Amino acid sequence: MYVRQLELVDFRNYPRVAVDLEQGPCVFVGRNGQGKTNLVEALGYVATLGSHRVATDAPLVRVGAQRAVVRTAVVQDARELLIELSIEPGKANKARLGRSPVTRMRDVLGALRMVLFAPEDLALVRGDPSERRRYLDELLTLRQPRFAGVRADYDRVLKQRNALLRTSYLAKRGGGSRGDLSTLDVWDVHLAKYGAELLAGRLELVAALVPLVAKAYDAVSAGRGSAQLSYSASWTDDGSVAPLSVQNLEERLREALQASRASEVERGTTLVGPHRDDLTLTLGDVPAKGYASHGESWSYALALRLAAYDLLRSEGIEPVLALDDVFAELDAGRRERLAELVSDSSQTLVTCAVEADVPAALRGTRYEVGNGEVRRVG
Amino acid sequence: MYEGAIQDLIDELGRLPGVGPKSAQRIAFHVLSADAVDVKRLASALQRVKDLVKFCTSCYNVAESEQCRICRDPRRTNEVLCVVEEPKDVVAIERTGEFRGRYHVLGGAINPLEGVGPDNLKVRELMTRLSSGEVKELILATDPNTEGEATATYLALLVKPMGLHVTRLASGLPVGGDLEYADEITLGRAFEGRRAV
Ligand SMILES: Nc1ncnc2c1ncn2[C@@H]1O[C@H](COP(=O)(O)OP(=O)(O)O)[C@@H](O)[C@H]1O
Ligand SMILES: [Mg+2]
Ligand SMILES: [Zn+2]
Repeated sequence: MYVRQLELVDFRNYPRVAVDLEQGPCVFVGRNGQGKTNLVEALGYVATLGSHRVATDAPLVRVGAQRAVVRTAVVQDARELLIELSIEPGKANKARLGRSPVTRMRDVLGALRMVLFAPEDLALVRGDPSERRRYLDELLTLRQPRFAGVRADYDRVLKQRNALLRTSYLAKRGGGSRGDLSTLDVWDVHLAKYGAELLAGRLELVAALVPLVAKAYDAVSAGRGSAQLSYSASWTDDGSVAPLSVQNLEERLREALQASRASEVERGTTLVGPHRDDLTLTLGDVPAKGYASHGESWSYALALRLAAYDLLRSEGIEPVLALDDVFAELDAGRRERLAELVSDSSQTLVTCAVEADVPAALRGTRYEVGNGEVRRVG
Repeated sequence: MYEGAIQDLIDELGRLPGVGPKSAQRIAFHVLSADAVDVKRLASALQRVKDLVKFCTSCYNVAESEQCRICRDPRRTNEVLCVVEEPKDVVAIERTGEFRGRYHVLGGAINPLEGVGPDNLKVRELMTRLSSGEVKELILATDPNTEGEATATYLALLVKPMGLHVTRLASGLPVGGDLEYADEITLGRAFEGRRAV
């Protein structure tokens, strides 16, 4: 899969820009603040219906404009598909596939598949568990779209269960009785059902990622220690989970909810379940979080994205790879190794401030980014 | 902001479900420019719905007398009882022409976020109806969403000791639709949840 064309109207700093892209490596060079990341952010939005930098849509629309439009032509198996998104904060976003409007925005998901590595990804290693859960769940949904539905159902049940616990907690604190908890068993049943489905997906995914992350980390790190990852459950004694069937996971989750019932009622919230789980990243024998240096953490985050890319490719999904500001952080040897890893990709979008940082193998098509324009220079 | 009566109307309309401020304003000005006769008819329909429509004392469906049309119909069986959330669900199932039993309208679904628990629904009334022993099959036809599913599970657990035959409507892929037109989330989940035939 590759992006053949990208056109932006009132997206970030661009009043209007159109860029023709090529297969293989495409390198965007420009001084900081010129709008390089904005280009990959726009494509990332098409792929995930969200920005990797901001949680709301407002900052994506050019200051002073009403709405932003992202239009792109994606080629897959020699067939071209046009995708158009209209982003208008305060209103429902709109989308077109081909020439026809879609009824649900989520129909756009899958039309462009992209793995993006950006400096913000340092949070995968240093940030809250929620960052790592999002990494897993996004990848899960890319491979099997049904998990978008499973996750949404899980979140809804969790919200209801928490509302019930919260109401009872507040009633008790107000000096009254505990309130009516008679439906808690019911919410347990449903939380365990969707939770087990989600868990089974995550566990299988982590197992597939383990060797790929180790391999990618070896390539892009300075070479000390090896990267290991494991799933940490909030609902087992030591956090470990044996690979179990969905039915078994469901039973285990229900037992865990039973066991923590008293403290959940006490605290007024759901304390166990996949929404509290984490992905533990270790380097040699120490956890990456808190111990790894800036460089190591950064390499680890990059390895997580490269492993995701590798996994999707091995399953016949050839996503677009975007590497935002990556090469400046790497020494010469690691630059070459990274270039080698991605050299046969169908399309890699690279942004950099200094062109010399990008290894020769990845020079490909070059673009200059500046003054709200993108010019092809070779 | 307008003055007096017209703003009062806009405010009242704006409190209706699904009516935003823009629509409320449009409807209000439509009413203002409409024939006095038409407006009288609308006003009287609004009045009458509160004065005349009551809830059936057996099934809690809307009714114009003590009991609703369905509960009064002697040709229907008392052995099958279908539990739904709202009167509009009764209408939907009636349109299928498939069901010859009676209904029980809960008046909503369990929804802690909105402060709705079993006590706010016609659950106790359902248990009273079931205690007569006449009902052999209980169909749980609550909505196929989080709250409807939870309500169905709650009722299933509650009536378990009674030894009834309890069923739940099938959901998933729309029958009569083409597999290729189902979106990948729906199709993916239906595939995962496949069962032996
Ligand atoms: N909504 C917006 N309207 C106008 N300009 C914006 C908007 N959002 C960001 N910018 C501008 O975009 C530039 C940053 O672009 P970015 O792609 O992050 O730069 P870089 O080339 O360093 O990756 C800044 O100059 C910023 O002021
Ligand atoms: Mg940048
Ligand atoms: Zn009735």
